[in-house]
Amino acid sequence: MIHKITITLYNEEVAPRFDLATEVLIMILSKGNIIEEKKTIVLPRSSADDLCYLLLSEKINTLICGAIEDEFFQFLKWKKIDVYDSIAGDWSRAFHCWSKKTLKSGDILSRRTVEGINV
Amino acid sequence: MINLPRPLITNLMTSPLDFFHLIDELPLGVLILDTNRRVVFLNRVFEALSGFSPSMAYGVQCYNILRGAACISNCPVLSMKDGNHSISCESDMINFDRQLLPIRMVTAPILDENNNIKGYLETIEDIRLSQKIDREKNAAYSFVNIVGRSPQMEKIFQTLPVLAQSDVSILITGETGTGKDLVAEAIHQTSGRESGPFIKINCGALPETLLESEIFGHQKGAFTGAVENKPGRFKLAHNGTIFLTEIGDLTLSLQVKLLTFLDDKIIYPLGSTKGFLVNVRIIAATHRNLEQMVEQGLFRKDLLFRLNVARIHLPPLREREGDIQLLIDHFFNSYKQQLDKKINGFSKETLAVLLNYHYEGNIRELKNIVEYSTNVSDHLTIEPQHLPSYLLGPPSSMKYKQSPIETQALKNSSYPMLTDSFSTRDNNLNTSETWSTIQREIIIDALKKSKGKKKEAAKALGWGRSTLWRKMRHFKIDS
Repeated sequence: MIHKITITLYNEEVAPRFDLATEVLIMILSKGNIIEEKKTIVLPRSSADDLCYLLLSEKINTLICGAIEDEFFQFLKWKKIDVYDSIAGDWSRAFHCWSKKTLKSGDILSRRTVEGINV
Repeated sequence: MINLPRPLITNLMTSPLDFFHLIDELPLGVLILDTNRRVVFLNRVFEALSGFSPSMAYGVQCYNILRGAACISNCPVLSMKDGNHSISCESDMINFDRQLLPIRMVTAPILDENNNIKGYLETIEDIRLSQKIDREKNAAYSFVNIVGRSPQMEKIFQTLPVLAQSDVSILITGETGTGKDLVAEAIHQTSGRESGPFIKINCGALPETLLESEIFGHQKGAFTGAVENKPGRFKLAHNGTIFLTEIGDLTLSLQVKLLTFLDDKIIYPLGSTKGFLVNVRIIAATHRNLEQMVEQGLFRKDLLFRLNVARIHLPPLREREGDIQLLIDHFFNSYKQQLDKKINGFSKETLAVLLNYHYEGNIRELKNIVEYSTNVSDHLTIEPQHLPSYLLGPPSSMKYKQSPIETQALKNSSYPMLTDSFSTRDNNLNTSETWSTIQREIIIDALKKSKGKKKEAAKALGWGRSTLWRKMRHFKIDS
């Protein structure tokens, strides 16, 4: 069975804001979370409404994103999309955690440094 | 869990000062960043605004914590790289509770003794209240955002500024829907604590154990799942106002704890022996009769005395002479603007029904009726058939005091008020059930007519797609 996952992007990271994301990564996964297809869509403008429409038209099962307004969060949940929100860090790390079933909403996955020193 | 350093300020006073404590006392949200825009510290107000604690945010890129629109589109830190001046801008942020908040942010560099930039300071101000006040400050017959011109309300408008300026505890009583929350917010906005936080706790919304941790906070390890220190709402409301709504629903054991706090102003988080001195103003509200509850042994007499330093009783709408017309106009104008409808107003017949109704749900009910009829009407005026059908039922025994203007409006009306044709209908219907049923039916009808196309159904109803979606969700209508 295939599974479609979307991650909103800000360079190599999960976009901090869902409504301001202009780039999304869509991956089609087969059994065992093997990536069958991977595409990046660049949106003409940032819009939470347009993004929701895109997720529905692409029949996405899971969304990994940063901050999202409750209205859109509830809407997507109602549309039976699994939403992992408030995720911070590299998208690849977020995807890795999701595939290992350890990802939770609110996870900060980025390296923590202060003045260049790991903390 | 990250252990944060505790920096000290030396050479300012004779003994070193606790830097974090100093920043925590500021009434603005403060974020301290290093030169790579990574969070070094955030204060208590910022924590209350964003939902991120200092240890959660330590070492993380600021845009993942502040989550402001300006951070993504035009980061103030990046745009000041060459200069040492501060930058102020208005933006918005989405907090951990998924709320979108309008904010004003000021970004300034932190310099060392040789004028080298060593980091950045961002102050964040929640401008929800000032935006709301700006919109509504010109409204006549109102205090902040409370509308009314009846003698009862005028008396309250005269008292509110005086009470707001004092720092006494206030107990607000009144039936459901009379505007207790609005009054509490208005008092805070016009008090000396305006720039401090306004924190609301619904005492009836959470089970006792959760409520205790929510109000007073907890220490890491106090109970299973307490993986981090939690400051509690009282601590977050430091230098501001705490609003305890539905105080009548507070359990007796929590009443004792609240009483202890009111006595010594010190909170002890769950599992902690160390107290924290909090400076908050308490406003409590309830729709219950607390005196009666005291007699029944359900509410502590001493707590009632402490909360009841000043009391504001909000009259039910049916006793507010002349206010119904004013409130109808007020809500109609606001919904007409919101929904972008070309409606001139209510017909005389509709007005007659509205002025004769007894409004058990008070202003909330009136507001809902106006919202409903403005939504449903497809004429230039709102006719009786656009009103929820339960309004056209038999007249109530509770009579509303009409003002002379309203009486005149009724006399001019040719509408056979609440006649048999209406009274035979919906006779024994439960108000809230009927209200919901009608709305549900209208939505289903519109969906049927549009063959399930929500966009068309929303257009026919004069709503946005998201409004239709919200209402469908509320009424459990499955697409």
